[in-house]
Amino acid sequence: MNQAITPLVMPKWGLEMRQGTVSGWLVDEGTRIAVGTPVVDVETDKISNAVEAPDAGLLRRKVAKDGEVLPVKGLLAVLAEPEVSDAEIDAFVAAFEVPAVGEGEADEAAAFAWTEVAGIRVRHARRGPEAGVPVLFVHGFGGDLGNWLFNLDVVAEKAPVLALDLPGHGQSDARLPGTSLTALADFVAAFLDQLGIERVHWVGHSMGGAVGAQLALQQPQRLASLTLVTSAGLGPEIDAAYIDGFVHAASRRELKPVVEMLFADPSLVSRQLLDDLLRYKRIDGVTELLGALSGALFGGGVQHTLPALQLQPAQLPLLVVWGEQDRVIPAAHARAAPAGATTAVLAGAGHMVMMEKAGEFNALVCKHLAR
Amino acid sequence: MARKISMKQAINEAIDQEMARDPSVIMMGEDIVGGAGADGERDAWGGVLGVTKGLYAKHGDRLLDTPLSESAYVGAAIGAACCGLRPIAELMFVDFMGVCFDQIYNQAAKFRYMFGGKAETPVVIRAMCGAGFRAAAQHSQMLTPLFTHIPGLKVICPSTPYDTKGLLVQSIRDNDPVIFLEHKNLYGFEGEVPEALYAIPFGEANVLRDGKGATIVTYGLMVHRALDAAAALAKEGVECEVIDLRTLSPIDMDTVLDSVEKTGHLVCVDEANPRCSIAADVSAQVAQQAFGALKGPIEMVTAPHTPVPFSPVLEDLYIPSAAQIAAAVKRSRAGGKH
Repeated sequence: MNQAITPLVMPKWGLEMRQGTVSGWLVDEGTRIAVGTPVVDVETDKISNAVEAPDAGLLRRKVAKDGEVLPVKGLLAVLAEPEVSDAEIDAFVAAFEVPAVGEGEADEAAAFAWTEVAGIRVRHARRGPEAGVPVLFVHGFGGDLGNWLFNLDVVAEKAPVLALDLPGHGQSDARLPGTSLTALADFVAAFLDQLGIERVHWVGHSMGGAVGAQLALQQPQRLASLTLVTSAGLGPEIDAAYIDGFVHAASRRELKPVVEMLFADPSLVSRQLLDDLLRYKRIDGVTELLGALSGALFGGGVQHTLPALQLQPAQLPLLVVWGEQDRVIPAAHARAAPAGATTAVLAGAGHMVMMEKAGEFNALVCKHLAR
Repeated sequence: MARKISMKQAINEAIDQEMARDPSVIMMGEDIVGGAGADGERDAWGGVLGVTKGLYAKHGDRLLDTPLSESAYVGAAIGAACCGLRPIAELMFVDFMGVCFDQIYNQAAKFRYMFGGKAETPVVIRAMCGAGFRAAAQHSQMLTPLFTHIPGLKVICPSTPYDTKGLLVQSIRDNDPVIFLEHKNLYGFEGEVPEALYAIPFGEANVLRDGKGATIVTYGLMVHRALDAAAALAKEGVECEVIDLRTLSPIDMDTVLDSVEKTGHLVCVDEANPRCSIAADVSAQVAQQAFGALKGPIEMVTAPHTPVPFSPVLEDLYIPSAAQIAAAVKRSRAGGKH
């Protein structure tokens, strides 16, 4: 391989992605791009997003055409300095081989594991190296580990990564260990016990952040650091219309406007995303369970427990990330974070900031972990 | 959700789990247990294609083998439903519904209305439907329009194992008579199905493919032919929206109308005979409610107005093909030119 040429390849967004469709180039050949520049829009079964450049350089060749379907790690484009000749680029493209990625159901099954905790079956996924303190990703109310599809594989390049579906969520059993933050924190601690994990870097989204803050208060030795992502637990406000809408929406038609509230760019809400949510919400008991949980934690549109305000960043490194256009929990809550926390409010993102600004978010998390 | 099962297994699982959950669910049908005189091996049959295999061992005499008398046991199921049970009556083929039509359309379908809403009839009548099984004219019909025509009946015809389980569970829990029709050529079709119980509400169509070039509306086996046609058309640059109605009564016209507003072209695909079909119904409603959105003639792709032929060659020609569907899309987009 020619060292002067840097390939830009199809990313792997989430554990189940096999291929992506190129839906539009955002830069022209001859453009000098920086790390994090959105280069090309890609659609998958689950979601559409821009591929952000992992390397800086001069975009010399768009290899993939609009509408083309590429496997994960397939060649999208080529970066090279002007000294590199077109012939060398031709040779690079011709010789490029897509590295093997796991195929088929065996790989998909291996991507997930199930563990029984307090009689509840929990789905989880592990990625990355064996050694080191794992980074635990905990989704929010009504979410699942798929919410981290743009984050897990990137962070797994630096540290072991673990993500779970909370009880009553995703593909874990549709039952709750209780409806308080304490009950959920105890449950996740028991889950970690089961896997033999003593400490984690906790990355929690929304309700999952509040659960992490609660565990930090109950068992401070379990957390090496905490990242709160558009998190609950920092202030009383929360949008009751979103919560109630999500709990009670029974059809795609009802659910779509609700889920659109999660994003600054509502066009990110794909049919597949809604179908997957409906499949979850239609499981017997889920609507009742979500109603009970939301009533206990945020009934009447008010967050009843604010554990994150009691955190002490001097003891527990704390990163707070928000999307400026969050319509579920206001971005102003980032300012309520205890003194000493690192805070970042990202423009052009809503409640699902880790999806909408995945590149910036991943960089913030990796930097925080390195502290 | 990596587990894949067939449509046949999805039906079995829905009945099994609902029987375990609700003791008022019972089942009646021909050979669904084992047939007369089959002691010892009473579980051997499980219906004509083995759909209910294993259920007798789990739920015992809540599954009843009946004589070859559809009119008797469909009537019994309807009566049991009026008295508080939730019976599932299985007919081998929808073609045999004819002998129990009084029970279905003049009794079950009328009770709620004629008793001022005070009577409920939570019965499910299941049967196989559709052509392509080399079973000739009396075992191959797509009679969905007959039942859809009658107020008071709910009519379901799913296309995937996931929808089959969720819609059958909803059918069993529903308090009105439901005609649940299963395309026999989809019994082996596999798809991802959660192990947990779930119900899919009636009256919501499923959009299986997005597109702005044309709207293809269909249900049952034809969903798969429509998807094949859409995939072929996509290679030519025409992206079609494919809508699976899933439930024919109630019908989700909102999803159809929204799509036609976007695409301007409608192709209705129906394995039933053309006159007074689901395709004709959807076409008429769109012509009336979204005429201004149409940029070309509505096209219908249906079986011809004949019985299902026994000749395999003719039977294959009888069933609408992906090529016919693609051609219909092109005709509508060309303003009706053939």
